[in-house]
Formats: sequence, structure tokens, C-alpha cells
Amino acid sequence: MTAAGYPAVTGVGRPMVGGRRLSLTWLGAVPFLAYVGVFLFLPTLIIAVGAFFGEGGFTLSNFSNLSRSYIVTATVNSIILSAVTAVAGAVLGSVLTYAIATGNPKGVVRRIAVSASGVLAQFGGVTLAFAFFATIGPAGFVYLWAAQHHLDFYASGFWLYDLRGLEVVYLYFQIPLMVLVFLPAVDGIRPQWREATESLGGSSWHYWRYVAGPLLAPAFLGATLLLFANALSAYATAAALINQGGIILPLQISNAITSEVGLHEPGFAKAQAVVLIAIVAIVTALYGVLQRRTARWLQ
Amino acid sequence: MSTTRPGIEVRLENLSRRYSGVTALDGLNLTMAPGELVALLGPSGCGKTTALRLVAGLEDADGGRVVIGGEDVTNVPANKREIGMVFQAYSLFPHMTAMQNVEFGMQLHEVGVAERRKRAVDMLELVGLSAHVNKYANQMSGGQQQRVALARALAIEPKVLLLDEPLSALDAKVRARLRDEIRRVQLEVGTTTLFVTHDQEEALAIADRVGVMNAGHIEQLGPPTTIYSRPATPFVAEFVGLTNRLAGVVKGGEVEVRGKRLPLMKPDSTDGPAIALVRPEAVSVAADGDMSAGPLVGSVISTVFLGATSRVTVDLGDVTVLAQLPTSDVGAITAGTKVRLSLRTDPVLIARDEKAATEA
Amino acid sequence: MIRGRKARLQVFRIVAFVLFGAFFVVPIYAMFEFSTRGIGENAPRTLANWQAIGTYPDMVAGIVNSLELAAITSIAILVVLVPTMVWVRLRLPRLRRVIELISLLPLTIPAIVLVVGFWPMYQWLGNNFSDSILTLSFAYAILVLPYAYRALDAGLAAIDVKTLSEAARSLGAGWPTVIWRVIVPNISSALLNAALLSVALVLGEYTIANNLLYPNLQVSLVSLGRTNAGVSIAVAVASLLFAFALLIAISFVGRPRRMRSEVA
Repeated sequence: MTAAGYPAVTGVGRPMVGGRRLSLTWLGAVPFLAYVGVFLFLPTLIIAVGAFFGEGGFTLSNFSNLSRSYIVTATVNSIILSAVTAVAGAVLGSVLTYAIATGNPKGVVRRIAVSASGVLAQFGGVTLAFAFFATIGPAGFVYLWAAQHHLDFYASGFWLYDLRGLEVVYLYFQIPLMVLVFLPAVDGIRPQWREATESLGGSSWHYWRYVAGPLLAPAFLGATLLLFANALSAYATAAALINQGGIILPLQISNAITSEVGLHEPGFAKAQAVVLIAIVAIVTALYGVLQRRTARWLQ
Repeated sequence: MSTTRPGIEVRLENLSRRYSGVTALDGLNLTMAPGELVALLGPSGCGKTTALRLVAGLEDADGGRVVIGGEDVTNVPANKREIGMVFQAYSLFPHMTAMQNVEFGMQLHEVGVAERRKRAVDMLELVGLSAHVNKYANQMSGGQQQRVALARALAIEPKVLLLDEPLSALDAKVRARLRDEIRRVQLEVGTTTLFVTHDQEEALAIADRVGVMNAGHIEQLGPPTTIYSRPATPFVAEFVGLTNRLAGVVKGGEVEVRGKRLPLMKPDSTDGPAIALVRPEAVSVAADGDMSAGPLVGSVISTVFLGATSRVTVDLGDVTVLAQLPTSDVGAITAGTKVRLSLRTDPVLIARDEKAATEA
Repeated sequence: MIRGRKARLQVFRIVAFVLFGAFFVVPIYAMFEFSTRGIGENAPRTLANWQAIGTYPDMVAGIVNSLELAAITSIAILVVLVPTMVWVRLRLPRLRRVIELISLLPLTIPAIVLVVGFWPMYQWLGNNFSDSILTLSFAYAILVLPYAYRALDAGLAAIDVKTLSEAARSLGAGWPTVIWRVIVPNISSALLNAALLSVALVLGEYTIANNLLYPNLQVSLVSLGRTNAGVSIAVAVASLLFAFALLIAISFVGRPRRMRSEVA
């Protein structure tokens, strides 16, 4: 209740008048907000505006340019690459996760495996490309050893630097990422559920089909989506492996920025970026939904 | 319930189990009569849970046999033994409703949809949860979850019901109520039941017979009243109920404690120094001026009000004695009061050398 | 029966660890192997490639650039984040969720997307202020933001920021003193943690540097790789060993603090 002319007092006892006192407090957050405003939100804004606005105002011409065959091919390749490495990474990763989760929770093996996964999941880019070059590249010791034993990896063509090569190389960080994301869910499976199933007359198959499977399905699916988004966004590994060309979308975006095309069509790269971030955003949102379901059952 | 099967005899013959050097079970023998509820009582590590899990088939025995209804099931896998099991916690499948949980076992046994639905409803009604059939585990309290677990275990009409400390994870008040519920249901259904617990009050309250276990074997097996009033070993006497340890001397079939001669449970014990194990209820407290109460004088340290009875802790100078008496008899006794203690002449158990095994 | 199942499980685990272990270890070993090859058949192992690193000025320049960027970025992010996070904890608790969300945002935005927006900004920056590679630290601070935030958040959560700062203020300390002499010493391991993570990230960064056409370590490495595989792989191994050392440092830095807060 206030009489006219007196400042109202909020429940917290702070004067509600937007006087000098209040804004001084907010000043403390300004450096941070200003910084992210300029270097996080401004680039995003530039992309959004540049994609949808051209010389004559709002336009979708940048997006229609995306129908160029090499862009379509690159986008399709990106989706295939991401899907394949997501599913393969998920399946292989869940096998590894199961091996880790069924061991001593405080044991050495587990700790090493989890730390290694943390490191390897970040291990992308240039070093990874070089590592695979040194392994199964034309001078790599594994390739040379196999060739000496009459097994030529590249008999049907040199695939390390195209889509198939990327699929293999990407698994190097997809599998550890799967372990990191899926392990908490597998840890949440209580041994009592298996024993209860057995006591009720169920076999191992029944257990996986009716109990563990349904319980882990959302986590598995969510992790697969995360792997998909991760592969879709990856640039450095492919760029380091592949000298020229843009077989996947991130490489095309790079070309669009750094090449002649970029200078003449500034909106082109931005439209591609919008497509990429849109897919990533949708996938990440779906992952969030599945995460909540998992948390409800396996916490 | 008209569809229950008649109770079935369960025998544990010479069961043993070792884990990495430690002997968890050492030749355990137990015969459970059809429809009987036997409680295995003991401290953690005594082997009671191991025994249960061997009956369930969740672990393999290193020696001995498990016989259910005359059939040797020692080498039969758990899912073929027709047991029902209730765990201490996390019993229910979190992605299924109470109804679905209870139906699950019947589903595995290929019971028809209509019939299993009806049985599930009946079982949930039996445990008093008709209003919660469509709830999930995280929407129910601990006590409710355990009731559903019980209904689920009984829905498949098991030959034997196994309960692994089902009340340990619950609040005290819920525990008492649920304990009686479990007994009521068990009596109604008539399934032979093995109930493992470390809480002696639980065991004494609901079991037909109690097996007190220690270090892998059963120290005493018998009805609750016998276990309590005629403990066979010092371990049993001290684990079940409270016990006073009073130094005395055995002479001629009796033990002399503080000037009073008490008969022995085992009259053929050899003479010599011993420790008499006396229950607090066998100690009576009288005012200091009451000479007829005998020569044992001491001062009260504290009085604890337990409802119908009260416990009085008395300092005799060299030892502290617990006495338990009806609250109405406590009267003016408070801390510091001088009182006289007298021991009832019930047969007592003796122990030698601090917790050593008793005489054969 | 149970014993049989347990035995089968152990066999599966061993096989799984061996196979996956090989998949992950072999490529790393391959790098060591490649970079220490001698010339000619059956030549002995040699560190010639390693010793030759210094003879490639562009590579050395790339390494120096990245080290400078790592230092600048990690200091800059701490200078921006620590006062902000302390201030938000003390005075603007409602803003906390917002700050957290913003700080974790860069995790969901791919670097290749971000750099599209950076391009015109860095053009302008280069034309009007400086085209030094060190301006990359502006962008890098955003990349390390989520990791630094999480590390600092954990460190600040372990101490009672409110009580400490109120005690200091009541004794007459100004805000700079509170932050520098009271808060910072008590979150030293979180600070180190955040700094090391930032260094690791900056040293390994390729996407933004390459697309903005700045020659950092990874960019120079790729160029070198096109002409001299052996030396470039030696550099790659060196950076791997360095990252590994950083990781060990991080894991050691984390531990003492946890023990202390458990005792408290």
C-alpha cells in the first residue's frame, strides 16, 4: 500500500524507484553482456540478417541458391556421413559402454576408460587427421604391413580422403562421445531389475526386451542424436584430410567464405550456415526431450 | 483367495558359499514347513541374505542343495524355480505402472490378458492399493512401492516367497504397519515364506520361527518366544533383546550373582567364574528403604519412558544395569534416586570370557 | 549357471577392451612411428624430424602465435568471467540462470557457423584497427567460455562467496580488493583449471583461424603437412604430448580442492 508520492517497497525491501542505486548493481553484469553481445550475438545476427536480407530488403534468394547441385550433394553427404557415424558410433559405443558399466564402479579400468573417453571425444581436427594418415595413409604402417601381406586396402580406390574415409575417422571421436553420454544412463540400471525379472520367470531375452531395452531406449536415441549433431558440425578433421573440394556442408561453407564466390554473394555462406544451425538446433532440442524421459526413470 | 496353491516344503541342505576367501555360509541347514514364515535374523555379514539368494537361484552354491517341494532345484536357473521375490529397494520397474508391474510376471508365464488383468487387480486389492493401480513408482511412497512389489511377487503363485529386508529402507512408522500387512497377506495366501532382516523386532513380531544367524550358520532356530526367553547362546541372548552382563560364579548347577543364586539354563555347566546374561525385565526396582528387595543398592542414572514400559539405568558402582518395568511402577524414580535391585529367579544363560562361545 | 554367465561377461569385456583399445591406441602409436622413421629401408629410428621443426619458420611462427593466443585468451576470459560471476552471485541472483545459459550457448553453435558471422567483423577489424593474429583472442574467448564457466562455477560453488565478501567489506575492503585478495586465492584451483582448459582449446583450434585466414599452430601444421609429412606429424605428436601433460595437470589441480571442501 502506498500513499501518493512515496516509493512502493517490494517484498524484498528494495526501493522500487528505478533510481541510481538499482542501475549501479546491473552495471556489474555489463562487461560480460557487452562482450557476448558483440562476439556471440552479433555474429549470429549478422548471419541471420545476411541470409534473409539482401540488396532490396527481405529475400529468399540466398536460400534458393542452395539448390545448386554441389550444395545439395554436400548437404546430402553431410547428412549421410552424420547419420552413418551417429548410428555406428552409437552401436559400437554402447557395446563399449556396456563393457565399462559392468565392471567395478571404483576400479582402475573404469576410471581410465572414462578419462580416456573424455579426452578422445575432444580429440578431433588436425591431429586426428594426421594420426589416421600415419596409420592407414599410403605411407601408414598399418597399410604397409597389410600390403606386405597381400591385403591392399585401396585396391578398389583410395578412400581415405572421401566420405568413406571420413566415416572411419569420425568414429574415433564419436565412440568416446557415445560412452560419455550413454554411460550415466546405463549406470542407472539397477541390478534388482534384472533379478526381479528372473524371479518372475523371465530370461535374459525377456529382460532386454521388456525392461532394460525400453528403459535405455530414450537415452540411446538421444545419444545418437547428439552424435549426429556433433558429426554434422565437424569441420577441422575433414578440412585437414581433404585438400580441395567440398564434399560436406561445413567445407562448402568454408569455401563460400574464403573464395571468390563469397565476395560476390555474401548471403550464400550465411544461408548455408542457417541450414546447418537449424538442423543442429532441432536435433539438440529432440535430445533434450529424450533426456528428460531418461532422467525420470534412471535417476 | 481361492486360486492359491497349497503351501510347499522348502529345504536348505548343508548350503555353503564362499566369496574370495571369505566363507559366507557354512553348511546351513533349514527345513521350512508348508505355509510357514521363517525369519532369518542376524547382523550384516552373517550370511542371511546369501542364504536367501541361494534359494532364489540368484547365486550359485559352492556346496549343498536347495529342495523346493521335494524337487532338487540346486542346478535350476532362477527363472525356472517359481519363486517370488521382494527386494529391499528399487523393486519396481520404473517405466511400468503398478498394474503393469504386477501383470509382468504373469505375462512372462503367458497368462491370458483378461485373466492376468483380473488377478493383478485382485492382488493389488489384497495389498490395499486399489486406488494406485495406474501410478508409476516415482509417484508412490516407499511403503506403497513395497506393497506393489509384494503383489507382483505373489501374482505368479510362487512356491516360495522370498523377502530380502523389505522394510529396511522405510520409515519407522511405515515399517511397523507394513510388517503386519505382509504377515496378514502371507497368512491369507499361505505361501511358504523366507524373510530376511536385521531388525529383531520385525522377526519376533511376524515369524512362525526365527533363525538367528551368525558368521554363516544358524545359532538358534525356534519360535519367537523361545528365542527371546530361552536363548541358546550368548550371541542370541545379546542380539535379540537387551541383556545385562553380570559377573558371577557357577557352583553346583547354579550361578551366584551379587549375592543371589540363580538357576542355570544349562545346569550341567562346569563350575567357575562366568558372566550371567539377565534380561532387563528380570530386574525389579524397589525403593532404597525396602529391605525385602535384597542387598543390591545403586543409584539411578536415567529413566527412559518407552510408553507402556520404562527403562531404568542403575549404577551399581562397578557395573551399569538396565531394568525394564511397567511405567506405572516407576513412580518417583528419577536420576540420582537410590534404589534396590533384585533379580528374578528365572533360569539364566551364562557366557565365559567376554563373548566367547558358551558351554556345549 | 550364474557363474557361467559371469565368466562369459568377463570374456566379452576383455575382448571389447582389447579391440577398442587397439582402435584408439594404434593411430596414436602410428604418429610416433611415422615421425621417428629413418630414411631408407630398415633405417634405425631417428629424431631427425623432431629436430627439424625449428628449421621451418612458418611452423615456428604458428606455434608462437598459438602460445600467445592461448595466454591472452585464458587471461582475458578469467578477467571477464570472475568478477561477473562473483557479482551475479552476490547482487544479481536472478541473472544467474541467464548468464549460465549464455555461457553454455557456444557449445551448441558449431564453430564453422560462428565463423561465418565473424568474417565481416574481422574484415572491419582488420581494416580499421589491426589485422594481427592476436585479435583472434576475441573469438577464442567465446569458444572457451562454456568450459571456463563450468570450471569457475564449480570453484565458486565450493566456497561461500557471500560470507567471505561481506566479511571483507565489513573490514573496509573495496571491491577490487575483495575479488583479488579474498575470492581469487580461494578459487585458485578452479582458475587454474579454467586456464588450462582454455589453453588446450586454443592450441587445438583450427576452424576459426583457417577460415579467417590467420596462421595459428594448427593452420601452419596443415600447410607443413602438405609439403613435409614427417616433420608435421612430429609437431602433431608434440602438441598431443603437451595436451596430455595439460590434462594431467588439470586432474591434479582439481583434487586438493575437493578434499578440502569435504572436510569443511
